[in-house]
Amino acid sequence: MLTLEELLLMSWGAEYLKKRRWTLEEKLIKFIVLHMHFTGDISECFLDFSLDYNTRGLRSQLKDSVPVAGLCPQGAYGVQDSLRSGFSSVKNELLPSHPLELSEKNFQLNKDKMNFSTLRNIQGLHAPLKLQMEYRAARQIQRLPFLQSSNLALDTLRGSDEAIGFEDILNDPALSEMMGEPHMMMECKLGLL
Amino acid sequence: MLHTLKPCDQQTSGFCFENSRRNAVLESGLSKLGYNAPKARKTGTTIAGIVYKDGVILGADTRATDDMVVADKNCMKIHYIAPKIYCCGAGVAADAEITTQIMASNVELHTLNTGRPPLVAMVTRQLKQMLFRYQGHVGSSLIIGGVDVYGAHLYSVYPHGSYDKLPFLTMGSGAAAAVSVFEDRFKPNMELEEAKQLVHDAIAAGIFCDLGSGSNVDLCVITEAGVQYLRGYDKPTTKGKREGQYRYKPNTTAVLTKTVTPLSLDVINESVQIMDTE
Repeated sequence: MLTLEELLLMSWGAEYLKKRRWTLEEKLIKFIVLHMHFTGDISECFLDFSLDYNTRGLRSQLKDSVPVAGLCPQGAYGVQDSLRSGFSSVKNELLPSHPLELSEKNFQLNKDKMNFSTLRNIQGLHAPLKLQMEYRAARQIQRLPFLQSSNLALDTLRGSDEAIGFEDILNDPALSEMMGEPHMMMECKLGLL
Repeated sequence: MLHTLKPCDQQTSGFCFENSRRNAVLESGLSKLGYNAPKARKTGTTIAGIVYKDGVILGADTRATDDMVVADKNCMKIHYIAPKIYCCGAGVAADAEITTQIMASNVELHTLNTGRPPLVAMVTRQLKQMLFRYQGHVGSSLIIGGVDVYGAHLYSVYPHGSYDKLPFLTMGSGAAAAVSVFEDRFKPNMELEEAKQLVHDAIAAGIFCDLGSGSNVDLCVITEAGVQYLRGYDKPTTKGKREGQYRYKPNTTAVLTKTVTPLSLDVINESVQIMDTE
């Protein structure tokens, strides 16, 4: 079974694909059209093309975007600081420790993406564009990175001010026992790190 | 293990997976030595629900088990969600409890926001979306029953997020025993007393035929007019009262012969051991 990219590449050529970023829905529609063209049968493509990324094997479960700063050990002289960050292991850095870890980390992001793409399909391009502009503005209303911001505007936009979930009950950041180091976090935010 | 935050990490709320690797290592190490890791307390339940003429009746037993030990002889498994929506919870006890409390809060917020009484379908939708998000790791199976503007409804939600809408439902370890009673005697549009008796019999079947269920039967009758929470509706497992006296009166048996043999004992050895009383 070829991957989607390979299939599209084969059929449409590299230049066409480079021209713009396809959304997931457009990729799916093109795939279905392609499949029908080749086999005349649409029923199989839903079995093969799975939108559930957990079935794609180990590669998809790697924690993506391991920060570059994380590859360099934290302690003095570039040696692993066992007291602060525990024992080091490449496997621990790359593979998730629980099946839900990655999906929970990216849950808000994925939910927003899904909602925006549905909104785009229903109402057209302007709706998510306007909303994303508002999100971008609301995301800038924050305190310094090591302090807790209420994110009130962002919550109101998302509608999560009217819903209670585990993220409101467990591990409330306001009651956390640890604080990020102020100077490091500011440097990180300003891109100086 | 706890470690200081990396400088670019924001603190996240919600579930924290820091210790899951340590737990996995501990569990595998413990099992090599022959010990078992502690298990979450399950309710090992029989819960049932039925739609009758005027509304919904929910029933549950009251035993909570910790593996093979009864942890709570009289726990409440029918939880409040909205004034006319109640929810029975089976599976892991803490998960069911917290999930229903979260749902109750969400329903209240939603009601205040929309200004309308909540629908049972809305509770079911939020529940199934939450349970699917956690892929079955939140181990609670629930039966939601209630009356809203569209009538009486009964839904069941499984730990992985699937749901059913049926006129009668059972869940928990005693579900098979209870559903057999329902399958035999259920009729649509039953009267109140008949329906209460049916649910009571179903839960009693679960109590007697399933080891994980026991103690009392709780019922909750939900109608358009209101809710009647019958805690301890029946206690089928109390010890019965003994009818007669089973002690024999003295001189009941006649004595035929009597021989007395004295035993003479000599003191052979005597030793004193001082006890340490400090």
